[in-house]
Amino acid sequence: MKTRYTKEHEWITQHDGDIFTIGITDYAQDQLGDIVYVQLPETDSEIKKGEELSVIESVKAAGDIKSPISGIVLEVNQELDGEPELINESAEDSGWLCKIKSIDQFS
Amino acid sequence: MRRIPGKHSKIPGIIRIMVMAKTLSANLKKTALYERHLKASAKMVPFAGYAMPVSYPSGIIQEHQHTRKHAGLFDVSHMGQIRIEGENCAELLETLMPSDLIGLSLQQLRYSLLLNERGGILDDLIIMRTDPQAFVLIVNAACKHRDLEHLESRLGAQLRISMIPGKTLLALQGPESASVMQGLGQQTSDMGFMKIRDMNLADIPCHVSRSGYTGEDGFEISVEDEFANQLADTILHDERVIWAGLGARDSLRMEAGLNLYGQEMSESLNPLDAGAFWAISKSRRPSGERPGGFLGADPVFDALSRTQGKRLVGLVPEGRVPVRSGAKISDHEGNPIGHVTSGGYSPSLSHPICLAIIDNRHSASGHNIYATVRNRRVLMTVTTLPFVKHRYYRVPENLQK
Repeated sequence: MKTRYTKEHEWITQHDGDIFTIGITDYAQDQLGDIVYVQLPETDSEIKKGEELSVIESVKAAGDIKSPISGIVLEVNQELDGEPELINESAEDSGWLCKIKSIDQFS
Repeated sequence: MRRIPGKHSKIPGIIRIMVMAKTLSANLKKTALYERHLKASAKMVPFAGYAMPVSYPSGIIQEHQHTRKHAGLFDVSHMGQIRIEGENCAELLETLMPSDLIGLSLQQLRYSLLLNERGGILDDLIIMRTDPQAFVLIVNAACKHRDLEHLESRLGAQLRISMIPGKTLLALQGPESASVMQGLGQQTSDMGFMKIRDMNLADIPCHVSRSGYTGEDGFEISVEDEFANQLADTILHDERVIWAGLGARDSLRMEAGLNLYGQEMSESLNPLDAGAFWAISKSRRPSGERPGGFLGADPVFDALSRTQGKRLVGLVPEGRVPVRSGAKISDHEGNPIGHVTSGGYSPSLSHPICLAIIDNRHSASGHNIYATVRNRRVLMTVTTLPFVKHRYYRVPENLQK
C-alpha cells in the first residue's frame, strides 16, 4: 500500500494493482470545519482525472473534490450518508470517500 | 467553493479555503480583541474590512449548540456606532427612518431601517436614545461609512453626526446569559428585551442592552476598547460561556429567521419584499397618526397596496444537501420564482434550512417548490419563520414597575 498526497489536499492510496482509495487530508477537514453533507459519485460511473468527484459541505463552505485519477468508481463510503462527520473524526481512515479502479494510472 | 461570510465566490477546490485564510491581508482592521481571538486559536477571516473570528477550535456546531443551551460570547466590534445629536433630533431622524422616534424612551431600543428614495433598504440598524436630543445607531459594518454619508448629506446641516471611535461591542447570548450577568454582580430580572441600562460589569463601566441576533435571551455590551480584554476575560471566566464566531452567529440568526443585510436585504428590496415591514412603526404606517414622512415612504406604501410582490420565507430542503445563498427557486413547472438568500445547515434541527425571497403566490406555508443545486432539483417546503422559537426575556408581572 502506497499513499500519495495531492496539492489539493486529497490522499490517494494504491491497493493491489490498479485500485485506489481516495479521501481528503486531516488538514483539509480541519480547514473545512464541521462537515454536514457529502455528495458521492455513483458506483460504476466513469470519472476522468480533474472532474468533480465529490462535494463536501461543511457548515460554512462547500469544497469540490476533483478526481486525481481517471477510472471507474468501484465503491463509495456509504457511511458518509448518515455520518458525514466521519470525515472530521477520521479523514484519512474511516472517512474515505470512494474506491476507483484506475484506467489510466497517474497519467 | 463558497463560504460565509461573504457570498457567491465560486472558486473550486478545498485548497482555496487555506489560500484565503493565509492571505488575510495586513491592511485589515483589527478589533481590540484580535489578540484574544488568536490566543483562542480562532480561524480569522476577512469580513467587512476586519479580521474577524469565523470559528474557534470547538467548531461552529458546538459553538452554536452551546449558545442555544448555555451562553456564547461574540465579538461584534466591527459594527458601527453613530452618534447623532442636535435640536429636533427625533423629528429630523424620522424623515429618514420609518420608526416612531419621537416616542422612543431613553431606556428603549428600537429596530429600524434606512431607506433610499425608492423605498429600498440602505441598512438595518438598532437605534437608541441616549438623551432627549441625542441618538446612537448601531449599524452594519459593511454599511457604516455609507450610512454616515447618507445621514450627513441629508441632516448634516442641522445635526452633529459622527462615528463613535474606540468602542468594543460584545454580544453575550444564550439562556444562561442573565445568570452570567448575575455572577458579574448585575441583577437583570427587571430588564426586559430591548431595554438599555448603564451598568458596571466587574467594575468596568458598560452600556448594556438586552438584545441580540440569535433568538435567545442575551445582552449586547458596549465598552471602551481599553477595557475590552479585561471584560472578555472576566465573562469567559464563567465556565458556562465560550467564544462563538461569525459562523455560529450566522447559523443562529438563520434559525431565528433574522435578516442579514446583503442577503435578505438590499437597496433593491423594499421592507415588504424583505419581510421587514414590521420595522415600520404603526404610527408611521398609512393608517397611523404620523403616516409616511420618511424617505421612500411613497414607494413602500405603493408596494403595500399591490397584491403581487415578493416575500421572505423559510424553506426546508428535502434530504441533507445544504442549499446555499444564490440558489435559484422555481415552481413545479420550472418557472423562476426567486432565490435563496441565506442557506446552510441548522445545528438545532440537524437538517438544512434556507431563507429565500420568492413570489408571494408561492409563499404559503406547506407549499412545495424547487431549488437548483449543482444542476439538480431539490424539493423545498415553505415553512413559517422562525425555524427555532425565539426565547426573548419578558419581565414577570410582579417585577414590572
